[in-house]
Amino acid sequence: MPNSGMEQHTIVALVEDKPGVLTRIASLFRRRGFNIASLAVGKSEQPGLSRMTFVVTGDQDTVVQVTKQLDKLIDIIRVADISEQETVARELALIKVRTTTATRAEIIQMVHLFRANVVDVGAQSMVVEVTGEEDKVNALAHLLEPFGIIEMLRTGLVAMVRGQEDARASDTIGIEMRENGSRAGVPG
Amino acid sequence: MELTGAEIVCESLLKEGVDVVFGLPGGAVLPFYGALAKYPQLRHILVRHEQGAAMAADGYARVTGKVGVCAATSGPGATNLVTGIASAQMDSIPIVAITGQVPRPAIGRDAFQETDVTGITLPITKHNYLVMEVEDIAPAIKEAFHIARTGRPGPVLIDIPKDVLQDLRTEFVWPELPNLPGYNPPGDADSEQVARAAELINQAQRPLILAGHGVLISHTYDRLIELAEKAQIPVITTLLGISSMPTGHELNLGMPGMHGMAYNNLAIDEADLLIALGMRFDDRITGRLKDFAPNAKVVHVEVDASEVDKNVKADAPVVGDLKRVLDQLLPLVEPNVHIDWHRHLEDLKSQHPSLHIRESEELLPQFVLNSLSEVTGGDCIVVTGVGQHQMWAAQHCKFNSPNTLITSGGLGAMGFEVPAALGAKMGRPDKPVWSVAGDGGFQMTMCDLATAVENNIDVKFAILNNGTLGMVHQWQDLFYDKDYFATVYSGNPDFVKLAAAYGITGLRVTRQEEVADAIQQAMETPGPVIIDFVVKESENVYPMIPAGGSIHEMMEEEPEASVAPPSGGG
Repeated sequence: MPNSGMEQHTIVALVEDKPGVLTRIASLFRRRGFNIASLAVGKSEQPGLSRMTFVVTGDQDTVVQVTKQLDKLIDIIRVADISEQETVARELALIKVRTTTATRAEIIQMVHLFRANVVDVGAQSMVVEVTGEEDKVNALAHLLEPFGIIEMLRTGLVAMVRGQEDARASDTIGIEMRENGSRAGVPG
Repeated sequence: MELTGAEIVCESLLKEGVDVVFGLPGGAVLPFYGALAKYPQLRHILVRHEQGAAMAADGYARVTGKVGVCAATSGPGATNLVTGIASAQMDSIPIVAITGQVPRPAIGRDAFQETDVTGITLPITKHNYLVMEVEDIAPAIKEAFHIARTGRPGPVLIDIPKDVLQDLRTEFVWPELPNLPGYNPPGDADSEQVARAAELINQAQRPLILAGHGVLISHTYDRLIELAEKAQIPVITTLLGISSMPTGHELNLGMPGMHGMAYNNLAIDEADLLIALGMRFDDRITGRLKDFAPNAKVVHVEVDASEVDKNVKADAPVVGDLKRVLDQLLPLVEPNVHIDWHRHLEDLKSQHPSLHIRESEELLPQFVLNSLSEVTGGDCIVVTGVGQHQMWAAQHCKFNSPNTLITSGGLGAMGFEVPAALGAKMGRPDKPVWSVAGDGGFQMTMCDLATAVENNIDVKFAILNNGTLGMVHQWQDLFYDKDYFATVYSGNPDFVKLAAAYGITGLRVTRQEEVADAIQQAMETPGPVIIDFVVKESENVYPMIPAGGSIHEMMEEEPEASVAPPSGGG
């Protein structure tokens, strides 16, 4: 197994929507010394179940260990590292940027180039909403920086495997992982 | 008929086949105790400290293979359970802990004896529950027992607020199946994985089996022997794997690791294949990972996938229930004799006789434990604490049948020897149970002598009394300039008088000639007995590989000069 050094991995999980689930997951990451770059959670298509997307940083071995440890949590139903799958990954950011009469038009133009939206306009600031992969959000934030970013809030990445008729396609990777101990999370 | 929450707890415990609960009541858990009084089938053993309840449940679980149950009240009662729960988690022991919690309206208000026990035990349980509705009690208990005993077993805690136990009622409905979509412990292994493992086993010239606790947990002892005998593969047992194969079996080499037999560590160093069965490559076995088993490929059979590749990379990982995996594997393993390998191991054994007990005027602890095995014929359950006496017991006691060495291996919790022995005797009243204690550990939990007396639990306590925290003393001796700070116990009680104070027999042994007679006398005396073996004060356990070290740093006897302090944990 190649140890390609530190890299970002996207892990998705289907979890029970119960009190304490987030604590269990956060506690596991803390205790085992794993780093979470981002974490997004919300309801899934199935009642009582939520989906989570984690972006974690680490070498391949660490990420496999993270995935296996997550899988051991009783409240996690399925978990999979989808980094090497074809995925759709999106993040939403709200960026409050300083504006003047001189800069407002330029900013709006830039926002439109990124297919982002202006969702609030104040006398000296506006709020921009941008959705996309992490790079796109980074790029817009970078361009807006000279104008003065007052506040920025990012949701963290949410990700889904592309194509595949079965709505649970990504979850089946989790099942396979459980059956093939050492090949955890490596697409088969 | 509608039952209270407390009655539902009792009914559920009966459904799970529970016959004994170790515990100590308090305000928040009192409703449960009120109901328990009406269920004489559920025998309650009143401990003197809740840590004893958790550890007694642990001892009970290990000797019976059933789930051990303990109970405590909220706050300090629950926090006192913690060390016992943590030990059960590290050693994969199925226990269910039931704790009372302050009433629901008081939760989060820092009420008297309120503690977030589900929060505290989150990283030291396999799973835990805070049950907020009376309808949820039966399903939670059903799930808790299922989780505790299946897959890789472990402790589960159920915290129930007082008002849910006392004020609420509902019909008792026992679920047929646990509702746990996220919990599917593996059964059979993938056949390709098994085939790959068999291929490596069949190719190996110098194979070793490392038999861990999983062999005992999954009742795989017969198949372990079958595998070992079929291909004549020597078996090394981890500390918790001891008693998975009779000590006297010609293929059983004993324990490896920090205080393992020198020849075992040398064998691991030379082996070309390690067949790890239900073990997790603990650092006390591997030492420095990069120097561990440098010539060996690894077959790793584990029920817990996260153990595979965690510490040692597996060339053939096999995830599944060990018993079922061996059923799959055995037909694929070709008979073999490995004559050269066995000859070589015999040479190693004769060159490194790690179990030799030297002649001495003083009473040596090794001698006591060897005698204990001889007098009892190895037909007893030995429950140890943690430290030097634990290692000597692992080295010198003989074990003829499974689950006869009970020890806190992973957590290394001193004081385990007293309550766990009580639990073991409750679980196996037919077997003699010896608590092999250090004077340090014994004093941590000796309050539960009262529990033994009160319930006439027939445990014999052998205290190897060297008046020190022996293992720490040993580290100071070897690595910390013989600066014996805070390891000498000058205020020990007179353990014979202590026995008298509890109204039980106490014996003192100071000379080798008295050892066998005292053990015999203890066995013939009904009820608990304490033997105070006053052993040599400064005696080190050898062989020893310093923490984080490798085979190259192994000390087989007293080194002439001080050694640099090890950087590894411990």
